[in-house]
Amino acid sequence: MSILIDVATGGVRGGTSILYAGVGETVSERSGVINLGTEGSMLGGALAAYVLAAETGNPWLGVLGGAIAGAVLSSVHGVLVVRRGANQFASGLAVLFLALGLTSLFGAAYVGRTITSFQNYAIPILSDIPVLGPILFNHDPLVYLSYVVVPVVWYVLFRTRVGLLIRTAGERSEALTVHGFKVKNVRMLAVTVGGLFAGIGGAHLSIAYTNSWFENMIAGRGFIAVALVIFASWSPLRVFAGAYLFGAALALGPALQARGFGINQFALHVIPFVLTLVVLAVLGRRTISAAPAELKRVFENAPPDP
Amino acid sequence: MQHRTLKTAFAALVAASALVLAACTPATDGTTPGTTADASGAPGTGGTAIGFITVGPKDDYGYNQAVIEASVIVGEAFPDMQILTAENIPEDDSAVATMEQMIDRGAKIIFATSYGHLDAAQKVAAAHPDVVVVQQGNAIAGEPGANIGTYFGTVYEPMYLAGIAAGAATETNVLGYVYAFPIPQTIANINAFIRGAQSVNPEATVVTVSTSSWCDPAAQREAANSLLSQGADVLTQHQDCTKTVIDAAEAAGVYTVGYHADASELAPAGWLTGAVWDWGPLYVDIVENITVGDFTGGPFNANYRVGYKTGTNPFVLAGYGPSVSAETIALIAEQQAWLGSDEGSPFLGPVLAQDGSEAVADGVIPSYDELDGMNYFVAGVIGNLAN
Repeated sequence: MSILIDVATGGVRGGTSILYAGVGETVSERSGVINLGTEGSMLGGALAAYVLAAETGNPWLGVLGGAIAGAVLSSVHGVLVVRRGANQFASGLAVLFLALGLTSLFGAAYVGRTITSFQNYAIPILSDIPVLGPILFNHDPLVYLSYVVVPVVWYVLFRTRVGLLIRTAGERSEALTVHGFKVKNVRMLAVTVGGLFAGIGGAHLSIAYTNSWFENMIAGRGFIAVALVIFASWSPLRVFAGAYLFGAALALGPALQARGFGINQFALHVIPFVLTLVVLAVLGRRTISAAPAELKRVFENAPPDP
Repeated sequence: MQHRTLKTAFAALVAASALVLAACTPATDGTTPGTTADASGAPGTGGTAIGFITVGPKDDYGYNQAVIEASVIVGEAFPDMQILTAENIPEDDSAVATMEQMIDRGAKIIFATSYGHLDAAQKVAAAHPDVVVVQQGNAIAGEPGANIGTYFGTVYEPMYLAGIAAGAATETNVLGYVYAFPIPQTIANINAFIRGAQSVNPEATVVTVSTSSWCDPAAQREAANSLLSQGADVLTQHQDCTKTVIDAAEAAGVYTVGYHADASELAPAGWLTGAVWDWGPLYVDIVENITVGDFTGGPFNANYRVGYKTGTNPFVLAGYGPSVSAETIALIAEQQAWLGSDEGSPFLGPVLAQDGSEAVADGVIPSYDELDGMNYFVAGVIGNLAN
């Protein structure tokens, strides 16, 4: 039992950064733009948050800085793709390399710095619920924030006018043009908001989860987030389940090893990636058919041309 | 449109690559130009400079920073020599080019300090018989040429001593070890650590969790959490970046044993001690040996492995934290002297392997060479090695 609670708790804790990035990428992809630079936005967010938390002593300012850094990086992708019509895959990777270079350059001075980080806060009463209490209600504030933010993003996407514009940009962009809206502006907004959430995800890693900054510390979680959006069929609520599943897969190895289970470490550490492949294989064409129409054109190697 | 798209993407890639390259461009940094020493003709003599190349940045609070700091000590010991350093040198032929540039600038002695720099070091040594190249951490197969050698220390000795501090500190008798990969050096560290702990606390066990990465802070944090949830009250590690695990231990109010660098300021309450680098004295010994013309056929013209028994071990014990008792400190000093004597070793037999079989017979002391290939956990280690 304790191992299940440990793995589930680790799933929430370790999945939260992926959750933020995945929700942001959902918004971006709903508008028809895939952003492989999500990993770069997370890196930028992680460093900016760490720097601000170190310099100001206030982790909330860190989150703000992380969100801004993530948004700025993704807007570079936005300008290249939306304004200049660049290839989405090439541009995303270019932004990632840009972020890698910039963060290792400017981050070196902060590697050994200590910060005022977020602390875990057990929510009274709720954290006493058996099983669910420790899994869901004994975390840092950014985890709790995600419980609110993700449903809000779902609401905005599916129940508001702005959300309708974003989704229309991804499904039938000419309909926007007909009604006098600028598709490019809508997509820029979606891509930038996507990077903003990825930046918060990076901030969670650096100032809430690990309390450290190191070069390349996202270690592929941004790419997991991009894969997750497909897995979640472009629904913010399903991103919840997916992110926690990946988090749990990442937590399973340490939990088993700490209990002395005789399982090959290399086998344990491929679980999250095998999981990705299995999910993609099982869902297969079904997920792609759920993709925003304009995004399918990207997958088919024709950049959308509004 | 299609053309413009491609061009824009290409321009973006070029711009990004340029930035990345700019961030990683090797910075060759020279200080204190000196005069030519006399040339006796032996390899490595007669130079005006000493070169150091590192695979990583000079400020990583770990492996590479230790090299750069020691190069400064070499500069102080040999004020006539110019010290050339180049950081972020990849483990490929660009290392050859960097070393050639150093030779052009008067270097006759070069320290290639990453494990993967060995191939490049061998190429440079073969092309320049008048230059001595020494490589840190790797080993040359077969007989080394007259102007090349490798060197390394024995980090499991200070880890054994740190294990004594951990064994004395633990109340749960559960120690936690976060490691990257089951390579012989790591395995020897873990084994020495638990044997040190058991020498003062026979009940102690060490639980091991691997991260399959030298630096993935989130994986380290999860590993630390899983160890803490199993009751570990001392955490240690073999990782390149060490801050995350130390922070996790301090936040949980448990003890920590450091690695690579003295991180006592990160854990003012829980810091016990740690195994840290101090390459300076060994580098000075090596340069001294080369400049007097004794390199060829000497101790460093080989795969030189140094420990408390044979000389200046570059791995030393960090300062002690506030909770370590005077009694424990005295015991550790005594044990360090014992490790340096002919009778002492962390692996003085009998050593039982994890499965209870005898790994080292009663009274036998394995050599440094034998321990270089350690591939089994000893009794008291919880965890298993990938086969």
